[in-house]
Amino acid sequence: MSNDQAPKDYRESLIHLEYQYTAGSATTTFLNQVKEGRLVGQACPKCQAVYVPPRGSCPRDGIATTIEVPLTDKGCIESFTVVHIPIPGNPIVPPYVCAMVRLDKANISFLHLIQGVEIDNIRIGMRIQAVWKPKEEWTHSLENIKWFAPIDEPDIDVSTLRFQAS
Amino acid sequence: MKKVAIVGYAQHKILPNAGALNEVELIMPVVHKVFADLGISQDDIGFTCSGSCDYLQGAAFAFVEGLSAIQTYPPIKESHVEMDAAWALYESILKVKMGDADTALIYGFGKSSPGNLDSIISLQMDPYYIAPLWPDRISLAALQAQVLLQNNIISPDDMMAAVLEARQHGASNLNALLTDLLTEDLYGSDAFKSSPLRGLDCPPISDGASAMIIASEEKAFEYTDNPIWIEGIDHRIESSNLGSRDLATSPSIESSVQHLQLKKVHFDVAELHTQFSHELPFLRKLLNLTNVPTNLSGGPLVGNVMMCAGLDAIGKTFEAMVNDQLTHGLAHATSGPCLQHNMIVHLERHS
Amino acid sequence: MIQAGVIGVGQTNYDSKRRDVSMAGLVREAIDHALLAADVEWDAIDAVVLGKAPDMFEGVVMPELYLADAIGAVGKPVLRVHTAGSVGGSTAVIAASHVCSGQFKTVLTVTFEKQSESNATWALSPRYPYSPHINAGAGGYFAPFIREYIRRYDAPEHIGWKVAAKDRQNALKNPLAHLQIPGIDEKMVSETPMLWEPLRYLESCPSSDGACAMVITSEEMVGSRKVAWIKGMALRSEGTLSAGRDEVNPQAGIDCAKDIYQQAGIHNPRKEIDCAEIYVPFSWYEPMWLENLGFCELGEGWKLTDEGVTRLDGSLPVNMSGGVLSSNPIGASGMIRFGEAALQVMGLAEDHQVEDANIAMGHAYGGAAQFFAMWIVSSSKN
Repeated sequence: MSNDQAPKDYRESLIHLEYQYTAGSATTTFLNQVKEGRLVGQACPKCQAVYVPPRGSCPRDGIATTIEVPLTDKGCIESFTVVHIPIPGNPIVPPYVCAMVRLDKANISFLHLIQGVEIDNIRIGMRIQAVWKPKEEWTHSLENIKWFAPIDEPDIDVSTLRFQAS
Repeated sequence: MKKVAIVGYAQHKILPNAGALNEVELIMPVVHKVFADLGISQDDIGFTCSGSCDYLQGAAFAFVEGLSAIQTYPPIKESHVEMDAAWALYESILKVKMGDADTALIYGFGKSSPGNLDSIISLQMDPYYIAPLWPDRISLAALQAQVLLQNNIISPDDMMAAVLEARQHGASNLNALLTDLLTEDLYGSDAFKSSPLRGLDCPPISDGASAMIIASEEKAFEYTDNPIWIEGIDHRIESSNLGSRDLATSPSIESSVQHLQLKKVHFDVAELHTQFSHELPFLRKLLNLTNVPTNLSGGPLVGNVMMCAGLDAIGKTFEAMVNDQLTHGLAHATSGPCLQHNMIVHLERHS
Repeated sequence: MIQAGVIGVGQTNYDSKRRDVSMAGLVREAIDHALLAADVEWDAIDAVVLGKAPDMFEGVVMPELYLADAIGAVGKPVLRVHTAGSVGGSTAVIAASHVCSGQFKTVLTVTFEKQSESNATWALSPRYPYSPHINAGAGGYFAPFIREYIRRYDAPEHIGWKVAAKDRQNALKNPLAHLQIPGIDEKMVSETPMLWEPLRYLESCPSSDGACAMVITSEEMVGSRKVAWIKGMALRSEGTLSAGRDEVNPQAGIDCAKDIYQQAGIHNPRKEIDCAEIYVPFSWYEPMWLENLGFCELGEGWKLTDEGVTRLDGSLPVNMSGGVLSSNPIGASGMIRFGEAALQVMGLAEDHQVEDANIAMGHAYGGAAQFFAMWIVSSSKN
């Protein structure tokens, strides 16, 4: 008996569902700017915390982030992990570095890749800058940034990054 | 036993497709509205509970995103049911009754427009025997409609009347999605989706969100002179096996009516979570509401926000009782195929 | 407030694939054990509270509908709780609230996950349009918080190995535990492959099938049964991407713990709590939560672990059952912590029983370390 005919105690039954995904109006505004190579955060009108990427609200105060705050593409590594296992459905080859990227003037971080440096030299607080794809490939996605790479600036003390409402 | 009252309710205008608005952007305005109506903030809330369904958004943990609409600093006492928000209300009532909170915020949200609601609801069925057949929600409802017609519990005219009246009532509901009036001819010429259900017998695909505030007896009078008391609330589920259910009746609703001792209550208004036209005359008969103004909002046939429509039935009953100074109101919420899980709420306003 | 207590805990055995049972069969197995342990019949159950993590883990939408018969809910109220990874704990709290509200005398609560029927890592790594797809499961998400903890307090790397080995050694005394690794020790953990630096393979939780159920009742229904009295219980949440959040030491966890200590009249948790079942899906969360829960000062948690305080024979045993590191049916994992805490104060924990355990803690967390559920149970009513 070949393997194919070996009795199984289960069978796969795949569920296929399609969705029209909506980013939300705040994120749409953000992504329209990302398409032009600009990173524009949004601030909470109450506590002034700057969110990037913005998701439409400040969960601290439960209100819409209505103030636009242009940011640079520089920041620091708030923390990171070296991932040694593959991501389902992603061609990226391990090991790779996934970091909490904190842009300057922003009060939350987001996950992105770190490259352009030996993994062993990556550290918390390291200064980094976005490495963009060629302009003609830009779309409505943070994938316009290929990864962040270290820059020659002194490290940041990450304990100073914690947001305190004034 | 501690008494609990509804003191506030707000509903987003029901949309066919909220488009660029995500769930957070739907929730925030209704929470702010219900807070503003009472002059309170999240700081006054002792317990927060929401109802939603990850599968509507197509992502595990989608409900977590919804919490971003709420002020969570300092951290809040909070929970979530993967059910209609009517059950979030139920959980919140327990928290108020046990003295864990004086005031609770309940919210529900759902967007049916991004996905295929028929397929999603199919996945509620037994995963080994029924779900692989992909029975859609309309066909499942049609099974019960057929049984009710066959047994002369309802008539085709009852179904048509439910649809026509829903549109008439919807015309005065600012949040309703469908407000254009229908004629008997238009109804009669509408194609069957799953016989005996025509397209017009089914609720529209809807997006929206709602929020409600409840309070303990001591607290309620700080918010309003005329709280609407939750005099009784009860919910029960039936078998998942349609073949073992008698679809011509509803033992779960009958148990709740008995448990809440509603037989002798004269209701002034009722809002029923009847998503399909046949369910309205069926439940009116079962609940003895034939002469009671029912679904004056138009009900789910003019706007049916999944995971929220049950809470909306309760909220609309509350609104009617406040606006028209009514004494007794009855609200109903449901979940599952062919009215499998039902909640009955008795609201009372003391004059 | 009406006093409530646990009179029966039932668990399935935990395994990577329970293909011998359906989902309904799995939950019923735990329920049957719980009813038997509680010595109650079905007609004593007034309501059922079901909890589990995302529906996408099995592909059944709102499974209380399909499971109504198997969980004995037909004709009764049933509530379905979903609060991410903390759900097993919050489900227990909400079930107890049914009793404490005075609305119900006796409630059955059950939580489960049958991860083998779907692909949880896939469900945890959603591919959203417009965003870089770089997240590889829960470990990839939590590892940066762990690295930050290690940096802040200069903790040595063997602490993680120590927790991982200790919990699996405890699992060898719990026949229901999924991972049974004879001879497990720190060295074995340290030699397993790195997955999400600084987390190695054996520092991470498995993916399990399993269910856990409890019967919770009011004071007047207890009779002569063994009981774990609920002395304090609480829920706390904070927003995922909220500015100012400390993911390493979340305020929601601190507040939740303070709340249950106050309810239970506990002033010094390190001295007054005899043992704790804490949600530790990745080794380093033991020292992190010891600090968050106020068992020690910030930066001292790893020292307690290093000194052996949290061992089964230590002065504050943690995860006597083997913990989430040994069995992880996600939706049930929190309730297992709550149920195992109850078993300890009922004196029913068999080979992993802590001697004279009178006060125990059950703890669960979920989401981005933002949802917390906790309770304190005691062998004595007052």
